[in-house]
Amino acid sequence: MDTTSKDLKIQLPEKEKALDLLYQMILIRRFEERSAALYTEQKIRGFLHLYIGEEAVAVGVMDALSKDDAVLATYREHGHALARGMSAESIMAEMYGKVEGCSRGRGGSMHLFDKALKFYGGNAIVGGHLPLAVGMALANKMQGKNHIAVCFFGEGAVAEGEFHESMNLAALWQLPVLFVCENNLYAMGTALEISESEMDIYKKAASYKVASSPVDGMDVLAVQKAAKAAVDYIKSGKGPYLLEAKTYRFKAHSMFDAQLYRQKSEVEEWKEKGPIVTFTERLKAAQLLDDDTLSNIETRVRKEIEHAVQFAEDGNLEPLEDLKKFVYST
Amino acid sequence: MLEVQQDTIETTYREAIRMAIREAMQNDERVFLMGEDVGNYGGCFAVSMGLLEEFGPERIRDTPLSESAFVGIGIGAALAGMKPIVEVMTVNFSLLALDQIMNNAATLLHMSGGLFNVPVVIRMATGGGKQLAAQHSHSLEGWYAHIPGLKVLTPATLEDARWMLAAALEDPDPVLIFENSTLYNKKGSISTEVNKVNIDKASVVRNGKDLSIITYGIGLSKSLEAAEILKNEGIDVEVIDLRILRPLDTETIIQSVKKTHRVLIVDEGWRSGGISAEISARINENAFYDLDTPVSRLCGEEVPMPYAKHLEHASVPQIETIVKQCKNILQHERV
Repeated sequence: MDTTSKDLKIQLPEKEKALDLLYQMILIRRFEERSAALYTEQKIRGFLHLYIGEEAVAVGVMDALSKDDAVLATYREHGHALARGMSAESIMAEMYGKVEGCSRGRGGSMHLFDKALKFYGGNAIVGGHLPLAVGMALANKMQGKNHIAVCFFGEGAVAEGEFHESMNLAALWQLPVLFVCENNLYAMGTALEISESEMDIYKKAASYKVASSPVDGMDVLAVQKAAKAAVDYIKSGKGPYLLEAKTYRFKAHSMFDAQLYRQKSEVEEWKEKGPIVTFTERLKAAQLLDDDTLSNIETRVRKEIEHAVQFAEDGNLEPLEDLKKFVYST
Repeated sequence: MLEVQQDTIETTYREAIRMAIREAMQNDERVFLMGEDVGNYGGCFAVSMGLLEEFGPERIRDTPLSESAFVGIGIGAALAGMKPIVEVMTVNFSLLALDQIMNNAATLLHMSGGLFNVPVVIRMATGGGKQLAAQHSHSLEGWYAHIPGLKVLTPATLEDARWMLAAALEDPDPVLIFENSTLYNKKGSISTEVNKVNIDKASVVRNGKDLSIITYGIGLSKSLEAAEILKNEGIDVEVIDLRILRPLDTETIIQSVKKTHRVLIVDEGWRSGGISAEISARINENAFYDLDTPVSRLCGEEVPMPYAKHLEHASVPQIETIVKQCKNILQHERV
């Protein structure tokens, strides 16, 4: 199931599907560019971790899921939230700290949640949500449901014990969980080569008898195909699966990062492999996309983001008397 | 009028918890027990002995030594509609799962703006007294009581051992149950009638007028024995079993202080920054002018628990030290 960008056999989907994938990636890209600008204006505070460069992973994987599958992501999750179908409004309002935000202003950029979409965060302890995903998969299995839990995490999480404990238990109990490792080569500023003895993350799965494969995380179609195959594998009752998406973040770890740990030339090289630029070229070459259509997508995205910003600006602050709400259910 | 004869049974603290687990498993198929050695071994303190045969390995689920993962899995399963009871062998081991308990279980409801509650129950053994030294013997329940979002139960009686679990499982939020390991063999009789207990109120276990002992867990039986000794010396002690360390039932504490005007807090946990300090602060905040003497505390000595029997004995409050401290308070001696 090794699907990389070299695998030229991956056929383009129908035009409508192809344009939707492109639209989703552009929406994430522009949403985050706008978020970065709003951060500079101090409209958004706290931490802001941008996904720019990695859009193909969330968009490709999410396309392979059903609405009943549970999704757990990291603190770099704007892309996953948007790709899962959360509105730009609810996310932007959350980052503004407004009560109309998806977590009523209690989570911020790192803690986006949506019950209807089964989107379980927004988790900011590296590796801490892997056991949750395994637990949700256990519940699905015990309840006889053929739904899966999908857990996105970075390669930094692989150094945590919870990665290894979770892989073992998911395999031991044959649970329907898809682990998606977004290997962007840097855990904050620590390069993979100075933190892991085995840098091919997917190979670690073998010691837990978890099926796994790498995929070109810059190629949305490769990700989509690999994710679909992994989901089919899991739903056929064969147990968990680890998909390692090889990707790269074009921007800093967060807004406070001077990026002293990597060369600008390396970033530029990866940008040439960018998921949006390469997919756009491919669609144009296949005559599924022309400049007008691309312009229409950009216009639609711009309006959506403008609307989200306005929604956040117009939002309300949670009254102080509600500060202690939601510590307990009753 | 006919006298209603209540049926009672002889049991132990251990068996009372087992009855509670069995009943919960029978009543609700969402309930399952998970933890190290809960199945084939029968539980490290033999609490779950026999349950594997009765309910099978899906619902009496042995786990590897992966505290963080299996506690997190319990939280995840709770998020997805199950009612897990997670057993951690001892409170010292629970520190390997502290991230899950604090950063996930206690936090998710608030962090998600009320979207996701976590109905997980986590049981663990706590306390010293078995010469198990510094990595198996501490009383860290006071630490957990520091964390908003959790409920912290400390059953000290057979009744609470029997009935608190059902209340915990009914609760929509994460509940931690601390079972003092020296209580497992405690014998007594309890009613066979269904008894719904609350998990938000302290209990006045013994009425008295001269002094209030505020305690929980293993401190309860020691304090009650001390109270009997003091009674023979003409000292009338009230004993309060906190039962729940979070939320702390300030009202019951303050009512007792206003009645007796003297307080001794007995806590096997460490003194500095412990639950005893919190209780003392609340009394000072709410009933300072009702006190005849300063609030007094008997706590665990501030050492990692030693192995040698005499050293371990001296490390935690004992009946004789409780008696002595009560007398000191009544003589207005500052200690």
